[in-house]
Amino acid sequence: MSPAEEHQIKASARAGWLLSAPALVLLAVAAAGPLLIVVVYSFLTPGQHGNVVWDFSTAGWVGILWSRDIFTEEWVLADAHLTIFWRSVSLSLMTTAFAFLVGFPTAWFIATRPPQQRAMWLFLITIPFWTNLLIRTYAINEVLRKEGLMNTVLIGLGITDTPIEVLYTQTAIFIGMTYVYLPLMVLPLFAAIDRFDMKLLEAAYDLYASRWRVLRRVILPIVKPGIVAGSILVFVPSLGAYVTPRVLGGGKQMMIGNFIELQFLQGKNWPLGAALSMVLLIIVMVALLVYVRFANKGSSHG
Amino acid sequence: MKRVLTATALLMATTGLATAEGVLQLYNWGNYTSPEMLAKFEAETGIKVTVTDYDSNDTALAKIEAGGSGFDLVVPSANYVLIFMDKGLTVPLDLARLPNHVNIAPEWRDVAWDPGRANSIPWQWGTVGVAVDTAIYSGDINTSAIWLEVPDELKGKLNVVPEMTDIVTLATLYYGGEPCSEDLEVLKKVRDGLLAAKPDWIAMDYGATEKMSNKDWAASVNWNGSSMRIRTALPTVAYGYPKEGYTLWMDSVMLLKDAQNVDEAYAFMDFILKPENAGLISNFARYANGVAGSEAFMDPEMATAPEVVIPEEFKANGVFMPVCSEKSREYMTAIWTELLK
Amino acid sequence: MAERAFHVARLPGFATTAVIVFVALYLPIVTLVAYSFNASTSLAVWGGFSLDWYAKAWANDQVKDATVRSLIIAGFAALISTTVATMAALGTTRRRAFKGQTFVYVMINQPLMVPEIVTAVALMILFGIVKQATGLQGLGYIILAHAAFCIPFAYLPIRARLEGMDLTLETAAADLYASPWQAFRRVTLPLLLPGIMAGAMLAFVISLDDVVITEFVKSGGQDTLPTYMLGQMRRQLTPEINAVSTMLLGVTVVLLTAFFLLTRKKT
Repeated sequence: MSPAEEHQIKASARAGWLLSAPALVLLAVAAAGPLLIVVVYSFLTPGQHGNVVWDFSTAGWVGILWSRDIFTEEWVLADAHLTIFWRSVSLSLMTTAFAFLVGFPTAWFIATRPPQQRAMWLFLITIPFWTNLLIRTYAINEVLRKEGLMNTVLIGLGITDTPIEVLYTQTAIFIGMTYVYLPLMVLPLFAAIDRFDMKLLEAAYDLYASRWRVLRRVILPIVKPGIVAGSILVFVPSLGAYVTPRVLGGGKQMMIGNFIELQFLQGKNWPLGAALSMVLLIIVMVALLVYVRFANKGSSHG
Repeated sequence: MKRVLTATALLMATTGLATAEGVLQLYNWGNYTSPEMLAKFEAETGIKVTVTDYDSNDTALAKIEAGGSGFDLVVPSANYVLIFMDKGLTVPLDLARLPNHVNIAPEWRDVAWDPGRANSIPWQWGTVGVAVDTAIYSGDINTSAIWLEVPDELKGKLNVVPEMTDIVTLATLYYGGEPCSEDLEVLKKVRDGLLAAKPDWIAMDYGATEKMSNKDWAASVNWNGSSMRIRTALPTVAYGYPKEGYTLWMDSVMLLKDAQNVDEAYAFMDFILKPENAGLISNFARYANGVAGSEAFMDPEMATAPEVVIPEEFKANGVFMPVCSEKSREYMTAIWTELLK
Repeated sequence: MAERAFHVARLPGFATTAVIVFVALYLPIVTLVAYSFNASTSLAVWGGFSLDWYAKAWANDQVKDATVRSLIIAGFAALISTTVATMAALGTTRRRAFKGQTFVYVMINQPLMVPEIVTAVALMILFGIVKQATGLQGLGYIILAHAAFCIPFAYLPIRARLEGMDLTLETAAADLYASPWQAFRRVTLPLLLPGIMAGAMLAFVISLDDVVITEFVKSGGQDTLPTYMLGQMRRQLTPEINAVSTMLLGVTVVLLTAFFLLTRKKT
């Protein structure tokens, strides 16, 4: 490499850094940087009425799984905490699975429309995607209410006599989250199916494969990166969901996000809230790493 | 770069947006401030009041303690008035700037938590009881058993408002204890009882005024004024005064230490100490207030409503929340945190 | 070869499921919009067509304040994040990958990866400390937070546009003795403009819609439209919320349509 080329490469790199600098600074101040503060706070002592006292303490982290019984003063496993974690993880997994079950046919459908129509279908699926989360949660709230659309239809069709009370239960949160995050599953799936070579299907059918086998052995493995992307895109926000459980759960069905908020309000335990936030972040990072590994493995097979 | 600089300059300008002339930031309970009263205030003084809602004393305390909240006035309940004062979050009132201070009704003037009313002025007062849709449950509603040992008709349909001191006190009274109890045996019964009853509750949320009117909930531990509003929308709803003991509360307006609009705050406080304006406040949320002579300005139905005028036979069971010791507050918080999970 | 009355891409039940999904996705929203025109207060019983709730929403001071505030915040946030993202896109695309570029990617996409509640809590703590230390109030904090998390949304369309751009035009400009700055201003920027505008629009929509971060970062009297609606949802359940939601929805749809038209690939 000639010195002139080297110089050009260095100049190019410098320009790259300079141009990226403003974005990096803004993000460091108002996005990534504050996360460090959360880590620090998770190792402090809770103040009398909220906020923190600057004394080192691991109470925040211990408090994730253990709590002190008020009366016997001994450390016990915090069942209630475990319930909340379990609820969050299981609801998120169910949401992801169900989103995939209905999202995959939807994505397939859009991808197999004639090209002129496809843009319109894409547009139709994008609108719910970008609609305000709050509006969508409220819309589902209205449908699930005792006097809402769902019950009106069910009673009208004669399926039940009395309204089914779904609101304020875990089912309501499940329905709500699926409704809200479904478009996040469809779009990456669509992107992957779009790249899928339909000729492979022809070849498979020529070899007398049944539709089910074709689905299982040809389609799914190839669109796997899309499946993984969609799953991550649904699982991660579901796990950290805050608005949906708050509106549909009635304060009793807390998920991790609500539980974190509680520590900063009535729970008066900021270090615990900070520690919980870190746990949530770690789970998400692990999920993302899994995705990256899968995505790379997929592409190496070609 | 130039664009960024101009934008930053504009940003700085918007910093001033929040502190314009003639505004007041009132931090109050949700659904608790009469729009009519605010409009009248603005018409008379030109000061625009922005109300921000909170659901519970704890939320208000947490938000104000976090600092930089930007509020001028806050309206905590009696037992929290002392907490706000202790933490130095509020300032004593300059009574010289409140000529209408004399209007405070005699029974609300020298309260245990603010003798002489040097730090707070009355907003509204009321009780905590049980609002029940009698169309769904027709038994005795004047008991805390409704929400602590939920009858079958109400299982899965009853809400418990997540207000710590009221709920824990109601439960303590039910299990035979005194408010602010430090008796570990009683507290254990309270904790176990609450946890045992929780699965039968449909929710621990606010908004009973709407959700019971909409029949989303059939019953709720609730404040009296809100229950009266529910009854107006849904006549079968009745308000019960638990005979084991129910709590009396009073909310008062306090001036925050870092208030930016102090003059406007005093104007507002003086305004609401006038009987006719206090009457407006009461008419909206349906609670009694602490200003003498305001009865003349309240709606006639409030004079006879069982939610506002406590029936003779239940008067003795009401307990005003005293200021609890540090230790008993710790216990309450611990029980409450466990319950909330 | 036997005649196949059989579409290769057809999978049984898929089309039906897809249509049901589309209906299920739109039905609640359509119901919400429909009920905003309901004359009666009840959210269940239809009482006739009426624009009352829209009138009420327009007259509602809190709604007006919140809307104006939302628009101001979104405007500034979109402006800042798009500017910054454009520069970052220019710095990371179409040039030899420099050492540490992955770090830049991670930072830029970080808001997409971190759950909103975690960022919200972190910012609440940080800004609380700053506010107490400096006493500075104002919308600046919220704008800063929004600008940061809007960056990836502005970045991605700009980068996509940049990558699809034809380098030959810029080479031609250079051949014609244009300085790099001139080439940028007269050739690159105009070509990039649709991407920049698409990015700005996305950033605007994202900022407009944010609930969680704003809810935790806001101070007294700083409600945005979504946080106002969240507060209302926990108490006041009148069709006024439907009216407000429909209006917000309208704005989103308009911006989205514009976005789609701007980024349509010309086949």
